[in-house]
Amino acid sequence: MDAKPTAPGTGSLKAQDYKSDLKPVWCPGCGDFAVLSAITKALAELQVPREDAAVVSGIGCSSRIPAYTSVYGFHSIHGRALPIATGLKAARPDLTVFCAGGDGDGFSIGGNHFIHACRRNVDLTYIVMDNEVYGMTKGQASPTTEPDWTGSKLTPQGPGVAPFQPLEIALSAGANFIARGFSGDPNFVVRLIVEAVRHPGFSLVQVLSPCVTFRPEQRAWKETTHADWAPEAASTDRREAFLRLLDDDGFTTGVLYKGHNPVFAPPHPSSANLADLEKGFAL
Amino acid sequence: MRQALEGSQAIARAVALCRPGVVAAYPITPQTHIVEGISKLVADGVMDCELVSVESEFSAASVALGAAAAGSRAYTASSSQGIMLMSEVLYNIAGLRVPMVLTCANRAVGAPLSIWNDQQDSMAVRDAGWIQLYCADNQEAVDTTIQAFRIAEATELPVMVCVDGFVLTHTMEPIDLPDQDVVDAFLPPYHFARMLDPARPISLGTLVDPAWFTEARHSHHHALLKALPVIEQVDRDWQAATGRAAGGLLEVIGPADAPTAILCLGSVASTFTEVLEDHPPDDPVKLIKLRAFRPFPAEALRAACIGVKTLIVLERALSPGLGGIVAVEVQAILATVPDAPAVHGFAAGLGGRDMPVELLPDLLAAARAGRPGEFTIADVQLSKLPEEDR
Repeated sequence: MDAKPTAPGTGSLKAQDYKSDLKPVWCPGCGDFAVLSAITKALAELQVPREDAAVVSGIGCSSRIPAYTSVYGFHSIHGRALPIATGLKAARPDLTVFCAGGDGDGFSIGGNHFIHACRRNVDLTYIVMDNEVYGMTKGQASPTTEPDWTGSKLTPQGPGVAPFQPLEIALSAGANFIARGFSGDPNFVVRLIVEAVRHPGFSLVQVLSPCVTFRPEQRAWKETTHADWAPEAASTDRREAFLRLLDDDGFTTGVLYKGHNPVFAPPHPSSANLADLEKGFAL
Repeated sequence: MRQALEGSQAIARAVALCRPGVVAAYPITPQTHIVEGISKLVADGVMDCELVSVESEFSAASVALGAAAAGSRAYTASSSQGIMLMSEVLYNIAGLRVPMVLTCANRAVGAPLSIWNDQQDSMAVRDAGWIQLYCADNQEAVDTTIQAFRIAEATELPVMVCVDGFVLTHTMEPIDLPDQDVVDAFLPPYHFARMLDPARPISLGTLVDPAWFTEARHSHHHALLKALPVIEQVDRDWQAATGRAAGGLLEVIGPADAPTAILCLGSVASTFTEVLEDHPPDDPVKLIKLRAFRPFPAEALRAACIGVKTLIVLERALSPGLGGIVAVEVQAILATVPDAPAVHGFAAGLGGRDMPVELLPDLLAAARAGRPGEFTIADVQLSKLPEEDR
């Protein structure tokens, strides 16, 4: 990382400053390019000093993203980005922590961590680039894949399993901020990420990010997405948010929910000391 | 029938010939082609099998365990990080003495992240209590896969068939696939004596207190030792059925009385077999191709080392802070032999670095110049490292 220290509030950092010199190896046309760009634009809007931000990822195409930013990066283990980011945030609560990865990484092998990260409500922003496929291993069904998708060699008759509903699960499990964007509308994704970072607690930003190689039909998402969850009208009531989800076709973008659940904080330092404790064991 | 097949497809076809009831699948490079190949055979109606596409390797191993416990012939495959994630289940499968077969498409273990071949993954679970067999080429992979089901079912132990990722899994080779009736005769329908059966209720995996844990461990250890003659016999039976053996416990290639020997596991044995054909006859060198790593064929190794003065152990993994894994085991096994050879341990080919033909003369020279018992990473390029790390 070419770290040039930056002072907060100087307004001097541009989106380009948050990009590394590495050229992404994603396929031409991959939605993740726009998500990378949106993250860097959001960082510029927030003017987070580069040395005060971290991007933690797991394994997969989108999990390569830390290498393409100039902030602290951690390309970790498949599915384990969230617990690692939790540890990072616990040790350094002053950092702006992003978790980034794909639907396979986050909802399949890491699905358990996703539930508990929502429950724990650590103040970090989880950006899931959801293309409803495992791209890196060449096109297998992920948890968000439709049950009748027959494009995979592993499940040629379709996975036949009800798709994972990340927004419903996040809302059930206690996430504090829940949004959905579309990589084809990158400026809106920037806004969602900025709001997610500003909102305390665990923020989920699901970004529909087409895989043009293994799911070329996802190019049609440009027509199917609709920005009907206006960020300024985000629900603060879980019941209302659940009702909104019942009417959701999976392509509504915007902010679904802004909650006020208690945010995880490491235990307060105790006033007791070891010498006092030892008195209890004195013979 | 002899045909040109990619290693992974050949393994998938071999698994199909064994008629498993349940296959659990989760993609990971370089294993993915195997389960995709099986999936195609299931979808095409060639295999009558439940293929369960799961959400992690932990689930893949667990689904296979549940299926095997219910009396089904079960199979799964993985690599690297997948084997690591499975490791808790792998210990369970073996400790519960539930037979199944798993292909490990050998790949390096991160960090640093690497998708390329070495054997650190299977070595990391060597103590899980599985039988581990290493294949030198894709014909051996096919033959060993079929044998593995019979060994597993005869010993009530799980068998891991180790094939070098990419080097074997992604290479096309001419393969003799046996006919279905040959495999059916070799591998009769499976019956698991301790299967979960509502008519005869039992529990698997109950808590074992200190009064019994040691005895369970002892019996597991002895089951592995008793598997040694089974592995040999199954290979002999396979040879009788097909005319091909797959290397028994270990295979000695080259002049039997050679004073210099190289022991290795996996595909590099194929490379070295070729290299030794052109090796000068006035410097006789033999190859000890170790096929069974667990259980370790100690007696066979001692017999293969009679007359050997210099033994090079080459492995595609290491135990940081100690050195060789196989080399240290070999040294321990030979410690009680009079006139035991001097053992020189080398690792090479880590994280996908090629093991070229020139490696063999380099190893011979390094061993002859080195001290017995030393361990070296043979192909490290020290000039790339800062002075303090060399």
